[in-house]
Amino acid sequence: MNAPVNFERAGLPGNGRERLVVIGNGMAGCRAVEEILARDPLRFDVTIFGAEPRVNYNRIMLSPVLAGEKTFDEIVINTPEWYEDNGITLVSGDKVVSIDRETQSVIAASGRVEPYDRLLIATGSDPFIIPVPGKDLDGVVTFRDLDDVDRMLAAADRGGSAVVIGGGLLGLEAAHGLNLRGMKVTVIHLMPTLMERQLDEAAGYLLRSELERRGQTILTGANTKEILGEGGRVAGVRLEDGTEIACDIVVMAVGIRPATALAREAGLEVERGIMVDDHMVTSDPAVLAVGECVQHRGTCYGLVAPLWEMCRALADHATGAPTGYEGSVTSTKLKVSGIDLFSAGDFSGGEGCEDIVMRDAARGAYKRVIVKENRLIGAVLYGDTADGSWYFDLMKKGEDIAPIREALIFGQAFASGGALADPNAAVAALSDDAEICGCNGVSKGTVVKAIQGGACSLDTVRSTCKASASCGSCTGLVESLLALTLGGEVQSGPKTLCKCTSFTHDDVRRLILEKELKLIPQVMQELHWTTPDGCSSCRPALNYYLLCAWPGEYEDDQKSRFVNERMHANIQKDGTYSVVPRMWGGLTNPRELRAIADVVEKYDAPMVKVTGGQRLDIFGIRKEDLPAVWADLNAAGMISGHAYGKSLRTVKTCVGSEWCRFGTQDSTGLGVKIEHMTWGSWMPHKFKIAVSGCPRNCAEATIKDFGVICVDSGYELHVGGNGGIKVRATDFLCKVSTEEEAMDMCAAFTQLYREEAHYLERTAPWIERVGLQYVKDRLAEAGAVERYAARFRYSQQFMQDDPWARRAAGEDAKLHQHLAEVRPFPTAPKPQLENA
Amino acid sequence: MMIGNWLDIGPVTQIEPGTARTLPVLGCEEIAVFHTMRGEFFALRNQCPHKQGPLSQGIVHGDVVTCPLHNWNISLRSGKALGDDEGCVPTIPLKVDAGRLYLLRSAVVTRAEAA
Ligand SMILES: Cc1cc2nc3c(=O)[nH]c(=O)nc-3n(C[C@H](O)[C@H](O)[C@H](O)COP(=O)(O)OP(=O)(O)OC[C@H]3O[C@@H](n4cnc5c(N)ncnc54)[C@H](O)[C@@H]3O)c2cc1C
Ligand code: FES
Repeated sequence: MNAPVNFERAGLPGNGRERLVVIGNGMAGCRAVEEILARDPLRFDVTIFGAEPRVNYNRIMLSPVLAGEKTFDEIVINTPEWYEDNGITLVSGDKVVSIDRETQSVIAASGRVEPYDRLLIATGSDPFIIPVPGKDLDGVVTFRDLDDVDRMLAAADRGGSAVVIGGGLLGLEAAHGLNLRGMKVTVIHLMPTLMERQLDEAAGYLLRSELERRGQTILTGANTKEILGEGGRVAGVRLEDGTEIACDIVVMAVGIRPATALAREAGLEVERGIMVDDHMVTSDPAVLAVGECVQHRGTCYGLVAPLWEMCRALADHATGAPTGYEGSVTSTKLKVSGIDLFSAGDFSGGEGCEDIVMRDAARGAYKRVIVKENRLIGAVLYGDTADGSWYFDLMKKGEDIAPIREALIFGQAFASGGALADPNAAVAALSDDAEICGCNGVSKGTVVKAIQGGACSLDTVRSTCKASASCGSCTGLVESLLALTLGGEVQSGPKTLCKCTSFTHDDVRRLILEKELKLIPQVMQELHWTTPDGCSSCRPALNYYLLCAWPGEYEDDQKSRFVNERMHANIQKDGTYSVVPRMWGGLTNPRELRAIADVVEKYDAPMVKVTGGQRLDIFGIRKEDLPAVWADLNAAGMISGHAYGKSLRTVKTCVGSEWCRFGTQDSTGLGVKIEHMTWGSWMPHKFKIAVSGCPRNCAEATIKDFGVICVDSGYELHVGGNGGIKVRATDFLCKVSTEEEAMDMCAAFTQLYREEAHYLERTAPWIERVGLQYVKDRLAEAGAVERYAARFRYSQQFMQDDPWARRAAGEDAKLHQHLAEVRPFPTAPKPQLENA
Repeated sequence: MMIGNWLDIGPVTQIEPGTARTLPVLGCEEIAVFHTMRGEFFALRNQCPHKQGPLSQGIVHGDVVTCPLHNWNISLRSGKALGDDEGCVPTIPLKVDAGRLYLLRSAVVTRAEAA
């Protein structure tokens, strides 16, 4: 493809110039011509074919035209005079339908045949239309040229609602325009994050909240199944999950495809785009190609910046001074007024990549830069994009950022200012009345005074002068002040929830309630998580904290669950699962036993074992078989035993007064009742209960999280026991005289633990941390037992929903099914695929 | 031919972001196909380098999966164990085209021939 071409060929037109024919009167085609003219205005006789019936305009400005911020005249790049003055023949409104490379000519729809010496293909891209029923209905439009904008404006004039399919750059700009034009807009996006190719989850969350605030409805993870019509016109959209959205217009903005049909039919080498070398020459040396229709070094671009560089290289080559194009690093800005968003480079992370994240919840800002081998390779900015061009520049130049690394995230002002490159120095340079903590209005002078007055850790600063005690976004500044004022004597604070945050478990739990945080990405943004989507420590913890804080409101996030809780069974070392059905209070009957025996035989379970919690554990079930096993057990009246969860496990009982000569009270009955009350509740860690009928304590109630020992005069309640690695006998909590009181106290204690313990903290270490007296005091406050018990019972309404039954009915089937199965034939290595 | 080298394993929508699904290969090792929250896809042998834990069942965060058995962190990109742990699980080249997932055929079946 790199063979040099001899332009001095015979058969040139009368003026001795070569004939250059351009297909595509768009941004790249015209720019290429401009570049050639600038180098050698007399070299070519230029003819440009354009399918659109107009001159070349700035396509990217169609968004402001749609939004009513610009008129078409304002976005024209090349006026009719330009074509005329440069002797260019513009054939507009006439599409080229074929290229004949034999005779070196192109044929247009009108029948016009135009011979060429050099051909330039600049056909751009075609909008991708998802192949769903109804895609051809009247009212389904794309967003590519002025005619599309006119169609949208006509629809907006009639009012009503619009559905935009695709939450990428183009779709969101269309949605924004239609919204400003008074339509009710719903954006349907397949992926969970808007603009997922440019944004990470955190920035996508901020963008989404802002668009929703402006009245748009955003549906993510939504798959369009069908476009509904009425009398040949669009009437609505149906999603895969059955949701229907009525609308008067559907804008399809799901992506673009390089327009390669002409080139392909002409036999040029085409993969995703038309293949070109570094001089924009195709597999035929007489044919050049440029713009979105090409594939260069494996990449197809969808932005204008690369076009300029391609056109430069093309013109250099076509005028005999080849330089070459080496590919582009691109950056994106969303053109929606009032939303500042910038993204550039590679931010998918990867081997050796390091993320530096800074979040400012007060200003709704998010910054993330990605560094690899001391080079900046990507950046995502939301809310404050002032430093976008600076980052982009560092990225393109591949500059070594090691010297400014610490201050990089603070932006150019901090990082490039010599002495200011050290963030501590930057803080030192602030004046005494500079505000450090915006939430509580604390100045630098006040913080320094607090530190000099003895506050030598972040925590003591927070409690003395309130700086960094609220949203925490100034934590870094306060830490710098501590370091500056005390030198090396800063005390490290209490343990943070995980390495993704500077907040402790208690802080996070408190702030979730105070700020009414109800989603994991929201917590991460508001509390300045330093990673884009957390880690395997904080995700499950946050999921639990939210579940506990907002019962009935928060939707459990399966992907933040450990395997056992996600699969509702216990994973074993060979990857199979064990299944424990619930047996209330450890009681069972022939029907249940028969069902268990049947399951064991039917699924060939290699082992059944009686557990320490008085249940039967069936081993060796494959994940695919779990729903069927559960259906069989459900049929015999058994539900999930939650032997897999950070949740209420079992209530263990002894034989009880009905049979035992020492038994007092109806201890077994009480155990069954307590299990009915507590089953299904998610907890910070596993939680075991036992009820013994006499102080001989056959149910081992004194090594349980909550233990009841029945005596003639009532019920002794014990808490905080543990029979695991570190055995701990319970502490005596109190004695009550009725069953009701015992049940209430059990509910109240459980709820206190659910609300205050750290995730993965059993009751034993929790009580050792806070002290038994604290627990007693909390429960002794006026009305406390009733309040906690009521909160527990309220939450239980939503928790006591047998997960096995839901799975057996087909919920989350993907978690159990294989994607497919590959069956390679032993002889031929060509694999067959069987859909599961 | 490029096409012939890639095995079409179905549409991208089969795997929810932040999760993985499994692809058993008759006569050789099962493959786990991951979809990250960022929207990237990866395929790895469904076996932790530590004690063969099924990686498909781990929690996915960033481009890392935490093994469900003993919490090793495995890079989805390289298959390498991260942090202080050492080990590596084979990765299978994967590409996404027009909304469908493709695995490199030879990487899917080589082990079958070896077996
Ligand atoms: C609404 C919108 C907003 C955008 N915003 C941005 C942005 O903010 N930043 C950014 O960098 N990029 C943006 N883009 C992308 C940018 O516009 C394109 O990258 C750029 O226009 C590509 O230039 P091109 O010449 O390759 O294709 P085009 O500009 O599309 O030109 C191709 C031309 O060829 C014509 N054509 C095709 N086939 C034939 C044929 N057979 N015969 C004759 N003529 C033919 C087409 O009608 C078209 O006029 C946006 C695009 C759109 C649609
Ligand atoms: S098997 Fe994966 S961590 Fe042990």
